[in-house]
Amino acid sequence: MMDTWNYIEYGAWALSALFGLLIVIDWIKIDTTYSEEALTSSREGELEAMTEKHRLEG
Amino acid sequence: MAHSEDVDHTSHGQSMGLLRVLGPAHVWALGVGIVLVGEYMGWNFAVGKGGAYAALIACWFAGVLYSCVAMIDSEVTSTVAAAGGQYTQAKHIIGPLMAFNVGLYLVFAYTMLEAGNAITLGFLVDTVAGMTGHEGGLDQRPFIVLAIMFLAWLNYRGVLATLTFNLVITAIAFSAIIVMFLATSPLLGAGEMLHKDLMSGQASLPYGWLGILAAMHFGLWYYLGIEGTTQAAEEVRSPARSLPFGTLAGIMTLLIAATLTWYVCSGLLPWEYLGDGVNGAVAPLFSAAQISGSNALVWLLGIGTLFATLASANGCINDASRAWFSMGRDHYLPAWFGAVHPVYRTPYRAIIFLVPIALIFALGAPLDQVITFSILSGLLGYTFMPINMIMFRKKWPLDTIKRGYEHPLHPLPAISLMALCSVTYFAVFLGYGTQLIAMIGFYIVVSLWFHFWRYRFVKRADQFTMPWPRPRGY
Repeated sequence: MMDTWNYIEYGAWALSALFGLLIVIDWIKIDTTYSEEALTSSREGELEAMTEKHRLEG
Repeated sequence: MAHSEDVDHTSHGQSMGLLRVLGPAHVWALGVGIVLVGEYMGWNFAVGKGGAYAALIACWFAGVLYSCVAMIDSEVTSTVAAAGGQYTQAKHIIGPLMAFNVGLYLVFAYTMLEAGNAITLGFLVDTVAGMTGHEGGLDQRPFIVLAIMFLAWLNYRGVLATLTFNLVITAIAFSAIIVMFLATSPLLGAGEMLHKDLMSGQASLPYGWLGILAAMHFGLWYYLGIEGTTQAAEEVRSPARSLPFGTLAGIMTLLIAATLTWYVCSGLLPWEYLGDGVNGAVAPLFSAAQISGSNALVWLLGIGTLFATLASANGCINDASRAWFSMGRDHYLPAWFGAVHPVYRTPYRAIIFLVPIALIFALGAPLDQVITFSILSGLLGYTFMPINMIMFRKKWPLDTIKRGYEHPLHPLPAISLMALCSVTYFAVFLGYGTQLIAMIGFYIVVSLWFHFWRYRFVKRADQFTMPWPRPRGY
């Protein structure tokens, strides 16, 4: 016989699918809207390099 | 067609990077959040290996090891303020092959720990269901999957919300340990502690000095993961201040939490029961709360156990994805992984890629094997740290780069860490020799792949970004 915990199990499956879906939909949307060049334009230490430059110029 | 924001970014020559929005409290929450689950469960296997005194010696011995880790990390990362943590440190200070290996250690250690936490969470929900009268056991899989999917979604949506969530649940879990101590110790509570009875005679050191050595392996559980604070380096507002502050406050919190946990549990539970983490005290703080007879404490420690598990998995997703992202950005892995979400500013592809891997291990591998792989990868990472520190001070002495924090007594912490790692390797070899050799074999194979194939794709000049002077002697 089903009890509350069995319904909670189904709820957990449903929520898992929902979170997965939210991620995948947004992922597809972002990858088709923005260029690959823009998405991978992050550069390590850029802020530090800029700060350093600013300090030298200042 | 490109989005208008996209045009803005590229036309001004700016890049879409991670957001600098975190403060020292978030760094604390990241480090302590990953670790605190080790206080709630796991450390007590040390009691099984050598008794309660052995577990205390292992607790403090490992505490010294991790204090060295925290000090070394604080100094180096206050100057290498970039995502990737120890991977980025290795890249700048030692070289690409070491960096590649360290990056993999990090991703494996955190992803395996995330899987372990999800398995634990499924078990906890099953236990709660049993306690509330559910018969026939629960299917744990939906709760394991939900934990991973929810936390991945949270991480995907932004680092500030992710680590603020960690801050709240970690603070509750830590407070629960303090309340448990106050309620059961003679200071404020009923003074129910039975250390004298439970730890005398044969029970003091049941396996002698060898038991202390064997307990060392599980002594790591009290602190394993505090080094994860460095992964936040590219997202904190003031790396030189926040990272050392958050990391050192984190190790102090853990030393207190570990000692109080040992005190409470060893004073309420006999060592034979406490040391059996499979059929005995699976969650020892929770078991101690049950023994105390207080329903409020049972609830509080139950919630603490659940929150500590969630916080750990959450921090692990954060850290593993930053390490994977950094390796992609440097072309150590396909550059596709080096993408940043234009709205949420998170390494979204790295987060997504690691979800199925965590699910496979969480649903398909036994907990002890998953945790062992995590610990071994962590241990390999700790072995790298003293070498890294000694080379950092040698190549860039204190007068050449300004540090946000300078750790005292160099090279003593580095040498101590190396010595303690050696002891722990021996202890691990006694219990998990086959896994240790298999793991080292795996890293040798992937190192060969990196050296002979992958390294040709790395843009060698681009990967060194810190505005540092030329290293001494070059």
